[in-house]
This record gives sequence, C-alpha cells and structure tokens, in this order.
Amino acid sequence: MIGGLFIYNHKGEVLISRVYRDDIGRNAVDAFRVNVIHARQQVRSPVNNIARTSFFHVKRSNIWLAAVTKQNVNAAMVFEFLYKMCDVMTAYFGKISEENIKNNFVLIYELLDEILDFGYPQNSETGALKTFITQQGIKSQHHTKEEQSQITSQVTGQIGWRREGIKYRRNELFLDVLESVNLLMSPQGQVLSAHVSGRVVMKSYLSGMPECKFGMNDKIIIDKQGKGGTTTTDEAGKSDLGGSSGKQAIAIDDCTFHQCVRLSKFDTERSISFIPPDGEYELMRYRTTKDIILPFRVIPLVREVGRTKLEVKVVIKSNFKPSLLAQKIEVRIPTPLNTSGVQVICMKGKAKYKASENAIVWKIKRMAGMKESQISAEIELLPTNDKKKWARPPISMNFEVPFAPSGLKVRYLKVFEPKLNYSDHDVIKWVRYIGRSGIYETRC
Amino acid sequence: MPAVSKGDGMRGLAVFISDIRNCKSKEAEIKRINKELANIRSKFKGDKALDGYSKKKYVCKLLFIFLLGHDIDFGHMEAVNLLSSNKYTEKQIGYLFISVLVNSNSDLIRLINNAIKNDLSSRNPTFMNLALHCIANVGSREMAEAFAADVPRILVAGDTMDSVKQSAALCLLRLNRTSPDLVPMGEWTARVVHLLNDQHLGVVTAATSLITTLAQKNPDDFKTSVSLAVARLSRIVTSASTDLQDYTYYFVAAPWLSVKLLRLLQCYPPPEDAAIRGRLTECLETILNKAQEPPKSKKVQHSNAKNAVLFEAISLIIHHDSEPTLLVRACNQLGQFLQHRETNLRYLALESMCTLASSEFSHEAVKTHIDTVINALKTERDVSVRQRAVDLLYAMCDRSNAKQIVAEMLSYLETADYSIREEIVLKVAILAEKYAVDYTWYVDTILNLIRIAGDYVSEEVWYRVIQIVINRDDVQGYAAKTVFEALQAPACHENLVKVGGYILGEFGNLIAGDPRSSPLVQFNLLHSKFHLCSVPTRALLLSAYIKFINLFPEVKGTIQEVLRSDSQLRNADVELQQRAVEYLRLSCIASTDILATVLEEMPPFPERESSILAKLKRKKGPGTVPDIEENRKERNANVNGGTNHTTTTPNAKTSPASFVGDLLAPAPPPTNRPRPVSSSSFLQTPLTPLPSQACAIPLAASAGTFYQVAAAASPDLLGLGSPSPLSSTPPALPPTAASLLIDVFSENSPGAAAAAAAAAAPIAVPAAPVADDNFSSITPESLHVADSILADVQEPTDKFVCKNNGVLYENQLLQIGLKCEYRQSLGRMYVFFGNKTSTQFLSFATSVVCQEPLASQLNVHPKPVDPTVDGGAQLQQIINIECVSDFVEAAVLNIQFRYGGILQNIAVKLPITLNKFFQPTEMISQDFFQRWKQLSAPQQEVQNIFKAKHSMDTEVTKAKIIGFGVALLDGVDPNPSNFVGAGVIHTKTTQVGCLLRLEPNTQAQMYRLTLRTSRDTVSQRLCDLLSDQF
Repeated sequence: MIGGLFIYNHKGEVLISRVYRDDIGRNAVDAFRVNVIHARQQVRSPVNNIARTSFFHVKRSNIWLAAVTKQNVNAAMVFEFLYKMCDVMTAYFGKISEENIKNNFVLIYELLDEILDFGYPQNSETGALKTFITQQGIKSQHHTKEEQSQITSQVTGQIGWRREGIKYRRNELFLDVLESVNLLMSPQGQVLSAHVSGRVVMKSYLSGMPECKFGMNDKIIIDKQGKGGTTTTDEAGKSDLGGSSGKQAIAIDDCTFHQCVRLSKFDTERSISFIPPDGEYELMRYRTTKDIILPFRVIPLVREVGRTKLEVKVVIKSNFKPSLLAQKIEVRIPTPLNTSGVQVICMKGKAKYKASENAIVWKIKRMAGMKESQISAEIELLPTNDKKKWARPPISMNFEVPFAPSGLKVRYLKVFEPKLNYSDHDVIKWVRYIGRSGIYETRC
Repeated sequence: MPAVSKGDGMRGLAVFISDIRNCKSKEAEIKRINKELANIRSKFKGDKALDGYSKKKYVCKLLFIFLLGHDIDFGHMEAVNLLSSNKYTEKQIGYLFISVLVNSNSDLIRLINNAIKNDLSSRNPTFMNLALHCIANVGSREMAEAFAADVPRILVAGDTMDSVKQSAALCLLRLNRTSPDLVPMGEWTARVVHLLNDQHLGVVTAATSLITTLAQKNPDDFKTSVSLAVARLSRIVTSASTDLQDYTYYFVAAPWLSVKLLRLLQCYPPPEDAAIRGRLTECLETILNKAQEPPKSKKVQHSNAKNAVLFEAISLIIHHDSEPTLLVRACNQLGQFLQHRETNLRYLALESMCTLASSEFSHEAVKTHIDTVINALKTERDVSVRQRAVDLLYAMCDRSNAKQIVAEMLSYLETADYSIREEIVLKVAILAEKYAVDYTWYVDTILNLIRIAGDYVSEEVWYRVIQIVINRDDVQGYAAKTVFEALQAPACHENLVKVGGYILGEFGNLIAGDPRSSPLVQFNLLHSKFHLCSVPTRALLLSAYIKFINLFPEVKGTIQEVLRSDSQLRNADVELQQRAVEYLRLSCIASTDILATVLEEMPPFPERESSILAKLKRKKGPGTVPDIEENRKERNANVNGGTNHTTTTPNAKTSPASFVGDLLAPAPPPTNRPRPVSSSSFLQTPLTPLPSQACAIPLAASAGTFYQVAAAASPDLLGLGSPSPLSSTPPALPPTAASLLIDVFSENSPGAAAAAAAAAAPIAVPAAPVADDNFSSITPESLHVADSILADVQEPTDKFVCKNNGVLYENQLLQIGLKCEYRQSLGRMYVFFGNKTSTQFLSFATSVVCQEPLASQLNVHPKPVDPTVDGGAQLQQIINIECVSDFVEAAVLNIQFRYGGILQNIAVKLPITLNKFFQPTEMISQDFFQRWKQLSAPQQEVQNIFKAKHSMDTEVTKAKIIGFGVALLDGVDPNPSNFVGAGVIHTKTTQVGCLLRLEPNTQAQMYRLTLRTSRDTVSQRLCDLLSDQF
C-alpha cells in the first residue's frame, strides 16, 4: 500500500508531503530528490527502487508527483491512483502548476486525507468529493444537519457517486468519444504497429436516479443480439439496423469501465447499464487494434546529396470523407544534428525550422478529406569528424479529426427513470466523435 | 597570464551561460543548447571567414556545452585555427579546447602537432608554456611520439626560461607516466639531476617530481641525486622562514619541495657516505625539532604544511630503519599526535605507527602507547581512525600484551562498525592462536568471538579451532565442556552449533561422565538446534550423531529413531537424505568393531599455515599485513607445541591454491595422514562432517596442491592408491572389511549403491595423483582401467605398456601392485605384495628370472624382502632395472610363500618393455620430416595395419601415445586426425631415435602405424608393442 505521497516542484523542493505509514521516513523525500529529480542521468523509468523503497512518479508539466512505498504493491494501482489524483486536482483548481499547488495546499492536504486512508485508496470521485470538500470555508456553506447526513449516507452508501434528489429542468446528456490513434509505419507505407486507445466521456444532467443503457457497435454485442433474435432489445436493434447494416462491427481488445457500470450485467449480457454520476465522468476506456482507419498517410522522401546537403520531401494524404475537416495538423520532420541551415517550401500551411528541437515543424490549420499536400526542404549540413551516421528518427504527426478512427459508433443511449415523469425521448442527447493523434510516426 | 581586456569579455558567452543557468527544467536547457548549437553551426558554415574573436567565442560556447555533458562533434577545425593566432587569449582557448576535446585518434592530430611544434620552437615563453601544457594534458601516445625528443631538449637547454623549464619537467613527467617506453633515456638524464641545484625553486620542485618517478624505474641512473637532494633539503630546513620569499608557505619553508625531496630519498637506501648521511640525519633531526617548537601561526595551513613535512620525514626514517634514536623520537612524536584534536593527524599517526611497530628498534617504543590506542579504539568518532587503531593493535601485539589486546578487541567488537567486523574477527582469531599460552584461553576466546560476532566469523575461523582442538590432546576435554556450556544458551549462532557438533561428536565422551552432560543430554542439546540450522550444518550434525552412536552405544536407539524419521530419510535435500540413509544402515548393520574403525576419532591435522592468515592477506592485499608472521613462525615452532611447521612450497603462503587446500583441512581425506593401512580407513571420507561435494570441488580445483600434500605422504599410502577397492565391483573383491561395507551400501537399493560409488569418487581423486601423471590425467579413466585390469590379469604386460602403475596380479590370496619410474636407461620398480587373507604368509621369497638373451640385455636387481607378510598387510619390494641394449623378452617374477602350510608358487611376467626407456623429444614439423627422410632405409621402417580393438577416441589415443613414452607432436602432420610422435630410447650402450606416425581411419575402424627408428629390431619391437594398444 502507498506509504506516502510527495509533490515536488522542478527544482526538487517539496511542496506537499503526506506520509501515511511509519515505515516511510523523512529521508525518503530526499532520496527521491537526489536519485531521481537531480539524477546525473535522466531517469526514464517511472518506478524507481531506492534502498528498498519504491518510488512511483508521474510528471505534470514541471511538477513531480511521487508515491512511495516499502511494500510490494500493485504498480498499476498506484499509477491509476496518481492519475486520479491529478484529475481530482485539475477538477478543483485547474492546471497543476507550482503556483496553483502553493495556493491550494490546504485543500490538497484535505483531499489527500480523504482519498487515501492508511495508504489504501478511497473514493476519488470528483463529484462526490466536491460535496464535502469545498474550496470555500465551512462558514459560507449552510450545510444543514440534513444535508450533512445525506452526504454521509451517500458516501457510505451503495451508490456513492450520485446523490438523491437531483432535479433539472432540462434533462441533457453529452457523450464524447475521444480516441487517440497510434501508428508506426515503414517508409514504404507498411503498417508496423497501430492501435487506438479510446475513451467514452459523458456529461449528464439528469434528474432523479436514472438507469442508463449504452450501446455501441461492439462485435460481440452485435453477434449476441443477432443470435438472441428479437427478445429484449428488439426495439433498439431495429432502430439501429439501418445504420449498422452497412458498417462493420468493431472488435474491442479490452475495456475498463467506470465504477457505476454494472459489471455482472456486462459479463452475462454484454450490456452496459449504469446509474450515472452527476456531471462529467469517464464511462469507459477501450483499445482496438484491428481495422483502424488511418486518417493520414505520410510519404517521406529523403535524399542525401553529398556530405553537406540533404533534400527532404514529405507528402501527406488525408484519407477520410471529403466532407469532414481535420484540424490542428502538425508534421514534425527531424533534422540531422549537424544541420547548419534549412530552406523550406510548402504549398499549404506554415513551415519553420526549429533549431531548439532539431526539427522542421509544418503546421496546417484545416484540411479536408481525400486531399494531399507536400513540403520540400533543403537541409545544409556541417561536415563533422565522427563517422556516426544520422539515425533518421521517424517523422511524427499531430492532428484532430471529427470521427472515431477505430470505427466505433454509438448505437443508443437509453435513459429510464421510472419514478419521475420523463422518458427516454425527453432527454436531449449530444454525441460527438473526436479522433486525435497519439504517437503517429512514419519512418523515413 | 596577461589580463583579459574589457573588449575580450565575450558578452555572447556570458549571456548564453546565464540563459542556461536560468533554465527552469532540463528540457528547456536542452532546447537552449540545441538552438545555440544550430547557431554556431550556421556561423561556422557561413561563407565569410569569422574573425578570431568570434571564433574564440563560439569555441568557448562549445566547450561550455561539452562540459555540461553534451556531445560535441564539430568545431575542432576552428579550435585548431585558433592555435595559429598570435593573441594569447585566442591561443589559450584553442589549446583548452584541444586538451579537453580532442581524442587521440582524431585525424586533426597532425595539424595540432604542427601548431605545437611551432609554438615550442618560438621564443615566446608564454606560447611555449601553453604548448607544453597541452602536451601534458593530452598525454596521448601520438603526442609522446611526436615530442618525446623535444621536451627533454627544452628542459636541459641552457637558455630556457625558468617557467618553461618547470612546465617541461612536468610535461616530461606526464609523458613518462603515460607511455614510458617512448621517452628515451639519454644524456639529458644526467643533466636533469643537476636541476636540483637550480636557483629557481619552482624548477627544483618540478624536477624533483620528475626525478622521483624516473628513479623509481632506474634507481641506478639517478644515484647522484641523493647527495644533491640531501644538500638541497638541508638548505631548506636550515633556512629562516623569510629566506625563500615566494616559496614560504605560512612560515614553512618550501613544504612541497621538502616533501618531494624526502620522497625521492625514500627511493634509495640510507646514503653510504658518512658525511651525507650525517647531514641527512641532521636534517631529519631538525624537522623533528621543529615539530616541538611552538607554532608560528594559528592558521591550519601552517600546521598542515609543517606536519606534511614531518610525516614524510618519519616515513623516510621508517624506510631507512637504521637510526634507533630517530625511530624512537619519531615514535614519541607520533605518540603526541595520537591525542591531537585533528582527526587527520590521529589517523596518520596511527598509520605510521603501524609501520613503526614492525621495526625492531621501535617496537618497544610503540608498545608504550597501547593504552592510548585502546582508548582511541573506544572513544574515536571516525570509523577510519578506529580501523587504523585496530591495525595498530594488531601490529603491536606480542606475547606480553596479547591477552589485553585480544580482550580489548573482543569488547570493541560488540560495538564495532559492521564494515570492519569481519576483519577484526579474523585478527582476533589470529592473535588468539598465535600468542596462545594455554589453549583453554584460546578456546574461550574463539567461542566468545563466535558468540559476539557469529555472522562475521568466516568458515576458516571455525575450521581452525577444530584443527587446533583435534591436534591438541590437552584441550579436547576443556573444549568439549566449554562448547557444551556455550550451546546451552537459548540462542546461539550457527557457527557455534557447527563447532559444537564437531567437537562433541569427536570428544563428547570426555565429558560424558558428568551426569549434567550425559550422552543423552548432549544429544538432545545438539538436536534442539538442528531445526534452526542450514543444510550444511544439519549435515554436519548428522555426522556428529553417527559419531555419537559409536561413542555412546546407549543412545543408539534414540539416534536411529531420529535418523529414521521422515524429515531425515525423506528430506528434500539430497545430501541430508543420503547421509540419513547411509548412517542409519551403517548403524544397523555394522558391528561395533567396524563402527569403531569407521568412526574412529579424527587423526591430527598436518600442521600448516593458518588459513585465517591467508584469508586476511587476501582481504588486505599483500604487504599491508605487517611482517610479524615471520616472527610468528619461529615462535610458533617453540611455543605452540613443537609441531614442525611445514609449508611444503614457498608459494603456499599466499597462493589461493594453498588456501583451497586449507579449506579441506577439517574434511580431511585420509591421503595426507599416516595411519595403518586398513581398507576401511578411506571410507571415513564420506563420513567426515563436510558434504562430499564440498570436498570434491576443491579437490578438482586444486589437483596441483593436492599433489604436494600427497607427495609428502608415507609410502604405505600406495596401497591405498591401488585402485582395486575403489572400482566398486564387489563380486570381484574378496570379502575384506572394505568390500563388506560397500556391500552394505549396495544392498540397500541401486540408488544407494550409486551414492556409495559417488561417495567413493572423491577418494579416487586424491589417490590418483599419488600414483602417477598417467593416472591423474583422466580420473574416470583410471577407474575404468582398474576395472579392465581386474578382468584381465593373465596378460598383464600389455596393460602396462602405456602406464606405469596398477595391479599386476591378483588372486584370492595375493594382490601385486606396481609402481615404476624410468629415467633414461635406468628404472626402478616398486612391487607391493598385499596379503588379502587374515593369516600370515611365511617364507615369502621372490626372484626375477631373465632368460637368455634377455639376461645380457637387461640387468634386473631385486632388493631382498622380509620372509613374512602379515594378514591384511602389505610388503614393498624395490627392483632396480638397467637397460643394456634393446630387448624383446619379458623378465619373470617368481614368488614363493607358504599359506596355511601349503607352498604357493606364482610366476608373473614383469611389465618391463623397451618403450619404458623412451625420452620424449619435442621437434618442429621441419625437423621431423627431415629426420623421417633420413630414416628411409627399408629395414628401418616397420608398418602395421590393424583393426581397432577399442573405441577410437582421440583423447584416449593421445594419452596412450604419451604414456608410451614418446612426445606427441601437434601440428606436424598435415592431417590433424593423425598422431605423430618422437622419442629416443636410451640403453646403456646406445641411443635409438624413434619416429612414429599413427593414422586412424574411423570409417573402417582401422589404424595404420608406421615406425622409423635407426635400428630394425627396435622398430619391430616397438611396432608390436604399440599395435596391441589400440
């Protein structure tokens, strides 16, 4: 279990130090600073074992968060907790920066007391936390006894993530499918590795204690329903049949759910049903590796002209419906370490040689589907005396597209609230797909 | 150095550095550096030439980036360009860059060398200095090659400036250190010595360093420097502190130079010339006197400088070790430092005293400080100083103060730092053993040691206790009593259990009379520790139990019960299981007599160098342990019981091999022990406390060492060496005690039989080296060969063609073993007649019969033998042989004796064959073929093509050819699978050269053997002999 949690600034000064167990001494704070933050060689491993003490760290901009333990804990659990911790802090005071942490350190200690108990992670649901850990003083809040007891019963109850008696005039639902697509491609255009990691993020403003059911074009679910014929979800099946008949169902490699999803039901019926928390939350995370739609194709052409010159031509092709528009496109072409001058010509967008990053950065604001664009650059080199060849790092790319590269489609999201008088049709639902680039690289 | 003018400030560099320092994160720093690098690259790439100032600035930036830890792979050319500048700052930066960044294999090195050469030949001393510094800083072989001749020239040239001379001397020193082979010693060496007389003290200081290094290599060339150094030293020492102007450091005159001169003098023995010697003594006295004077300054630098000179003077005094008064004065001076405030001084004082303690003049003087040192050990805060105190106590220890010192060290051990505990433990163990007056004290001390710091007591320490206890009859009872008492502590260390198990197992009977330590109590006490111990200790305890069964028959039942329990008989550890099974069977089957023989008390260990000492030496490296071992040896001889202290070979003192031999000491294979030859004696080996693997491994590792030990063994050992009982073929063996025991084991199960054979294997190994090289080369084979001998005694001579030892003949009554040595035309044969029965052989007589023509070709003289051979005993006969000329027939050995009134007659052919008189001859391919051609007469060559009788194993064949007596020549025959040999047969009258070639054909399973000798009869005979071998 987690023995302690420290937050450092970029200089290695301790901003927050919370020790949960006696086996973690004060010197652990210094050990991490000396051996990781100020290490002679940059430490790349997120887990470090120093003097039989394990340090798990994540870095957010210039801030280091380190969880410390002397026991053999589940590292995935610790990292999940650290990420959650980051989410909670972001939800409370925005960006994680030295300034913000210093300004909110009372709040952070309060949060740390709540979400970790003797090193065991507790409820870290932002919505629930916000009900009883507030940024205002106690005085300004007029918590009646009733409200307080309600909070207690909620937090300790079965549905800890939602309180009772929520009322909205308009029942609304926002559903975002956020995906990041990762690719490594050979210069000849062969896919060496590709996967999509996606999240379904929801924002729900629903009254009462609604029961929701979420459906998507997962292969297993569709197969199951196909075999099961028209039994329970016949209505839903019919309504979507038109949409899904032409499209492929997708194969999800693995997925994880928010705690509100009833896993037993998912295991038996493959249906995702849940009572949603109020406000924003991440319903599920998933990963796919098959039949990925690659939004862009990068075709590199690198020619070395003698020892002192390099010619680079890069063509990018967009590979989606012409009606859709990709945004925030950025192509990063690495330059050799002995570059002494660069001339760039591009048809579209802006390109610039950034010496500090050893790369040519080409930015395009918008680009429609089924188009192509190209850049060519002449790189002058300074002859060096060591014979090391340039390693030719891959060309990387960033973009944002308004569809899900995995092919995932939301088939339905149904809301049942038997106690209150609104039905599924009364709920206003918004669905949005955003595909972003993860590590999207092409070797050259 | 010329001052840097304002315009040279290099603002860009300052801005860049401050940018870097202001970077918030490593990433930002890398970005800034990348940007700067790109900028510099574009500047260097630029078409218009850069002026010197910008070049210097950018090179400086590159240097800074490099020093931050980033790789720099350009800018060298610009730096080299800077070298040719006329401005000092630019040149300096260029040299700086090159000293830091240019690696020796750069192709720029020629350009650089050229620039340096120009600067060296310029008249400008600043430039010359820069160049010399660069050479010294780089110090590569290329530099040395290019300038090894120039630098000495500059050094001794008359018109060179002082500062340049100084640099040149240091540069030469560096070159001499990096590539000494490239620096020629020439006429300049003589002139370098005279630099000691130079006016400029800086030059003298630099030259002294150089001369010291050179003198360490060639002391003879620089002998003249001694008188000059003494003169210089006395001038410095006697000068007033104001005389030397710049070279007076906090009122101490030229401390660095003094230290260096004193170091130089340490390269030489005390000067022969009385005048010089007197002057030197005077100097040293003055230095010692000055140490007594009140300090001229309170500053720490003053005392540091003064003490530096003093300590160097003291090391010179110790080095000379000839002036008792000086040594004693030095010792007293150091004594004052022992309680000094400065930790460093205390450390140095203790360290120097350590060396002083080994000098005969000052040993007594050192001893007077014992209380101070002990106090230092107790109260000192710095661990390294405490460590030195321990060293000093160890060094100053002798018989008079051993008890006190050992007691102090023991009491310190309880609180000692973990890092030095093991060393203290070793030291205590050594001192306790070395200066033990009565052994009860020794045993007490060591047991205390184990109690206090059991974890740090290494194996050697408790091995040694057991060695000593076993060798000394007078302490055995006391030791048994003491360990018994020590074991009663509720928690005792495993090492104590080991010692306890061993000693009680051996000598438990000595204290069994006391009802408080009756056998059952002893056993229960040991067994209560059993389950807390590791596997090796448990194994040892099991052996102790079986010994108990022998010592105290009354506890036999209890012990058998323990052995029978599932936790032993079915133990997961194979060693424990095997022991339990074997011991249980042994205790059930064997009669009391056999048990008593098998489990006899361990015989005394041969005296040898303490293994602990060897360990300490290894730990500290040679030289650091003071030489008191030498004194110790003589003391040991008379004090410690007069056992002759034999170190078989001189190198046995330190070599790890001897250590391995020592390791074996508590697990003694019986080879090196004089004891009656009873076949059961070697069965003791598997019963000894160490696991058999433990003894087998070092054996294999140190066959060589074992040889030494074995060589010293008594001759009746050879009976053991005869492989018959080892071969573990029980049906072929007569029913002696040995075979009975082997039968016991084989009865159990096939597995147990295998185990017994495995247990026998380690015995075979020590036996082998005793026999002969031939035997020891491949041990498994030796077993195999032994087998075949048993099967085929009828035609023994064939078996002995390629080897010199083995069993010649065997029947129900008699076994005849052989061991032969041949040298040129002479030979000696040891024949061992083993009486396998229990009754005496009477009127035992032997004779050797040589038929004509053998009688004239071979002289055989048997030595007379005793007419009786006792039952189970062995008789040795020596037969001297001389080969007069080549022969074919074999001599016959006739044996006559009476057994139970019946006259027995046995005739055996003696395996004396012509090839025994071979001397191997090594020759190269060319010689071989030349001689081969010379012997081309048809009668000289004999060829035989025959079918292989054995499997055609290359290694076996090689061994046989070598055993045949010729030298096996590798790489002579173009076909590597063929064997080629050469040798000379020595007879009294002539010598016959012999070349042989054996061509195996593995497909056809055939051999072709070709022999060419200068005599046809010899060729034929050798061919016949050798053909039968394959």
